Amino acid sequence: MVEFAGYDMPLQYQGIIAEHNACRTGAALFDVSHMGQAEIAEIEVFSRLVPGDIAGLKPGRQRYTLLLNEAGGILDDLMVANLGQHVQVVLNASRKEADVAHMRSHGVAVTTRFDRALLALQGPKAAEVLPEAAMLKFMDAGPVRIGGIDCIVTRSGYTGEDGFEIGCAGFDGAALAELLLARGAVPAGLGARDSLRLEAGLCLYGNDIDEGTNPVAAGLGFALSRKRLSEGHFLGADALNKALSEGTAETLVGIKLEGRAPARAGAEIRLPGGAAVGRVTSGVFSPTLNTPIALGYVRSDCAKIGTALDLIVRDKPLSGQVTSLPFVPHNYVR
Amino acid sequence: MSQIFYSKDHEWVSVGADGLATIGITDHAQQALGDIVFVELPEPGRNVAKGEACAVVESVKAASDVYAPLSGTVAEVNQAIVDEPAKVNAEAEADGWFFKLRLEDPAAVAELLNRAAYDEFLETLA
Repeated sequence: MVEFAGYDMPLQYQGIIAEHNACRTGAALFDVSHMGQAEIAEIEVFSRLVPGDIAGLKPGRQRYTLLLNEAGGILDDLMVANLGQHVQVVLNASRKEADVAHMRSHGVAVTTRFDRALLALQGPKAAEVLPEAAMLKFMDAGPVRIGGIDCIVTRSGYTGEDGFEIGCAGFDGAALAELLLARGAVPAGLGARDSLRLEAGLCLYGNDIDEGTNPVAAGLGFALSRKRLSEGHFLGADALNKALSEGTAETLVGIKLEGRAPARAGAEIRLPGGAAVGRVTSGVFSPTLNTPIALGYVRSDCAKIGTALDLIVRDKPLSGQVTSLPFVPHNYVR
Repeated sequence: MSQIFYSKDHEWVSVGADGLATIGITDHAQQALGDIVFVELPEPGRNVAKGEACAVVESVKAASDVYAPLSGTVAEVNQAIVDEPAKVNAEAEADGWFFKLRLEDPAAVAELLNRAAYDEFLETLA
């Protein structure tokens, strides 16, 4: 068990590599109830705080978006699902209180559902474990009854695999988990969640992105709506348009290392034998690729795929090179 | 069979008939670290002081130092765990040893814990 965002969380059950592989080949179950679920009824007001086309999100569909500050910095990254009567947002545990305060201060009425449970069922066999939700396609969202428990299910996740995120009343969380485990899902902890998301090239808030990060530098351009950018009616729009037209000083890149020693967050990145050009923000040993991988920011002129870099670990350079993201291909059911 | 001693940093020490102390991490330590993917060992010939960080183990998630439980000179290292780090998980207190030290003071092993005392120490951590 480890402390994470104020919660006691399981780092691992049987072992990170076994749990990681269970998710890549079968179905793994993560308890992510620490994340903050909330509901927002007035989509129009909420959309002034995010750069995505949330107002254009059809009922039954979900989208990844960002809460931005005036400077275009990322206050949080979140999932937004249109459930018809309202939109549901899923916020990072470490940010949920601050997010709600930010939204309310900008006139968005938010109904918090922080007492709800959230389970992530992830892996190529997720739909076999949860046939009740098999009609959903990637990024669909809707109510699903599972073993008599009313749930809100989205076909999405944080592993790069097919899978579902399942919200239910907190009281029902344990029963829902038992049911999915009895159907063959393998319990997985925070350790595997981190190695899986990193292989999938997905940013972790607080590591790879924070209030000082411009989404353009973080490679999150896919979350920016061209229409919204040209209209400009949201917090941070000017800063994003500036970053898009002028570029950013740094760019987030994926780095594959030679050898077996991982480089962790904070490791300096240099040109081979030369100057410092950046720093690692996340690093892990990739169980799928059997090699160390990392995400980090480098000077934008050093971000080209194939660029050789030195990562400084224990005062020694480890050789690596800029690699396209994701490290491991996504496996979504569209 | 020689007696095995333990440190509160979760290393084990076994002094052989040749006077060399074989050092590794305990089974408790390998379990706490999880899947080990990389090991860095000290150079043979290096003098290490008791408590000095002299090896590194990396699990999927994090890096940890391994400390010299006693002072001495590194006489030999176990290349097998560099080639196959998972060996440390599988056989922490046997073939997964890290390095051998020629002890500065062979009598210093008496400062370490015996098995019963180490088990008692582990109880206090639980």
